[in-house]
Amino acid sequence: MLQNRHLLGLENYPREDIQTILDTAFSFREVLDRPVKKVPALQGKTVVNLFFENSTRTRISFELAQKRLSADTVNFAASSSSLKKGESFKDTAQNIEAMKIDAVVMRHPTPGAPWHLTKFVDAIIINAGDGTHEHPTQAILDMMSLQEKFGRIEGLKIGIIGDIRHGRVALSNIYGLITMGAEVTLCGPANLIPPFITDLGVTVNHNIDEVLEWADAINILRIQRERMGIGLIPSIREYRRLFGITTERLAQHKKEIVIMHPGPMNRGVEIDSSVADSDQAIILDQVLNGVASRMSILYLLLGGKIEQPK
Amino acid sequence: MDIKPLPEKLLLHGGTILDPKAQRSFTGDVLIIDGKIAEIGSVGSNTDSTKIDCSGLIITAGFCDLHVHFREPGREDKETLASGSRAALAGGFTRVCVMPNTSPPIDTPEMVGNIIDKAADLPVHIHPIGAVTQQQKGFELTEMGGLLETGAVAFSDDGLPISNGSVMRMALEYAGMFDVPVINHAEDLTLRNDGLMNEGRVSTQLGLPGNPALSEITMVHRDLELAVLTGSKLHVPHVSTAGAADLIRRLKAKSQNITAEVTPHHLFFNDEALKSFDTNLKVAPPLRSETDRQGLIQAVLDGVFDCIATDHAPHTIEEKEGTFDLAPFGMIGLESCFGAVNRVLVREAGLSLEKLVQLLTVQPRRIMGFDDDLLQVGKKAELTIFDPDLKYTFQVSDIHSKSANSPYVGHQLIGKARITINKGIIAKNH
Repeated sequence: MLQNRHLLGLENYPREDIQTILDTAFSFREVLDRPVKKVPALQGKTVVNLFFENSTRTRISFELAQKRLSADTVNFAASSSSLKKGESFKDTAQNIEAMKIDAVVMRHPTPGAPWHLTKFVDAIIINAGDGTHEHPTQAILDMMSLQEKFGRIEGLKIGIIGDIRHGRVALSNIYGLITMGAEVTLCGPANLIPPFITDLGVTVNHNIDEVLEWADAINILRIQRERMGIGLIPSIREYRRLFGITTERLAQHKKEIVIMHPGPMNRGVEIDSSVADSDQAIILDQVLNGVASRMSILYLLLGGKIEQPK
Repeated sequence: MDIKPLPEKLLLHGGTILDPKAQRSFTGDVLIIDGKIAEIGSVGSNTDSTKIDCSGLIITAGFCDLHVHFREPGREDKETLASGSRAALAGGFTRVCVMPNTSPPIDTPEMVGNIIDKAADLPVHIHPIGAVTQQQKGFELTEMGGLLETGAVAFSDDGLPISNGSVMRMALEYAGMFDVPVINHAEDLTLRNDGLMNEGRVSTQLGLPGNPALSEITMVHRDLELAVLTGSKLHVPHVSTAGAADLIRRLKAKSQNITAEVTPHHLFFNDEALKSFDTNLKVAPPLRSETDRQGLIQAVLDGVFDCIATDHAPHTIEEKEGTFDLAPFGMIGLESCFGAVNRVLVREAGLSLEKLVQLLTVQPRRIMGFDDDLLQVGKKAELTIFDPDLKYTFQVSDIHSKSANSPYVGHQLIGKARITINKGIIAKNH
């Protein structure tokens, strides 16, 4: 069993619980390799996927994890703009809770929204991304993929490349990786690295070639095109020159490092197509591990198999 | 809280009388007849007056708050002049200055007159602060002369900074003719950007957009230099950063006309508290780092700040129940003020109680030119009687504002106003 009732974020999350989630995820990974990929572990449990922000892969990954565990699944796509029009967050949350559900998986554009949700509902809450704050299940699946590849996380040297400031993936990865004993270096444009980030125990290096030389694996974050033109990134050409993971750049390094990307990728922007499709990349393993990780989290938080009523 | 008319003869018996003007305190009685102080000292108990035992309590001048938002007109669902007065009395405040960022804003003599009329019969003295610029848009000056004639006591576009330096200069020059302070909400909006909390380690940990200390420091610096240049009165509100406090310390040496206030919440909380994502802690300027908080406390000890002001800013539960980005900036603060600053400044930082009382009584009154010598025979009774030792957990039941957006709920405070006497009434806290 895990020490926290919810999975809100990985800041101060216990190391042994991360290990439990990872170990359980590997056993579910075996389930996913079977011809029949479904287990009755969460039969009778109802999980709502409450998405206030568009998401395809995270939502599908969660939904698949729920279905593989035989839970009942409801998807609720609320646009945050409708909340701005007056429908309150509290009402939405309490309406869903009133339908007797066991857990809420929530994606929301505002940092802290899942913490806010705990004030209004009793259900178990899993954070599927809260704005520019955390995305703990992504970090879990990234760590699972590293463990699968290297057999360990402790002592690994991990580079996180790109827009650290506007991404939630980086922060959860930092919390998780530091807790598990990895070293983390961030690399990206200085104005896209949050201030005071080194207080979290990471180093910052704006020289991508030095980071590639140092790292065992790099996690490449998506450069959102909407960041262009507002003074954050001068141009795609400039970004690629300084931070793009290109075939040529990788070829300069003797060591073959592992390439990760949480998706969705902008091929030709932060990562070359040929790099994404190379043997170095474990991007599709991450996707599969995402399902296994989410199965593990749902299973552990929802208490596994329930007794049949007598 | 009970609010009743003052008895014809009231004897406050056996308290510690703390006279912040004369800077002395002594054990004694205060006799009030027909709403005026009739006798101070050893009155004895053999009179036919109603007697209140004040042993263990401190009798002093009524507290004065230069910075409150009572939301009338326009947002009477959050607060009214009447409900705000109740909150003030509960906190021991007999006199407040209301900020003009109402809807519409207080930017004409007629609007000022409206506030004066509505407040006339309320149990708290309410002084309107007039807008600096028309509709608080930051460009055209208001009819300051007319605003003052109808009862305004100072000028501010509070809530919104006067971003244009030339406008701020003109405001100081023009208000300088009348020798009243201009109060500028000092935040450089281009540096604040979309900041929702203090920029620092905590904002990075929480993924919330940060508002850097520099957004306050640069604008406070501009305002201070403009005050030196024009020689006019500048009052710096709700200072949140140690950097701005240092600038005030330095520039005060160059002008007698610079004053500054600090809020209880910037002294009580730091940005670590935001880890709860409690929207009641969302305030402008934001709660800063522990280093800033300590810097502000040191500045109080050094006499840099002239007064404590609450920036009492009511918002509805519905608004504060929203997510962090949508919730409005502001928290209420009248009821919790004394217990918070007494705990932080006197109990934890070693400021004398006498100094704290000065920051709540004579010093704010001097900034606005109000009578600051209240403990005199013949004066209308405007008194606060507080218990400096009471330790209690601040609760929703301590709140008398129409709104309840207080982050102090659940926190231990030390000290509480027990009785407030003002304008012919006596208010008793339970």
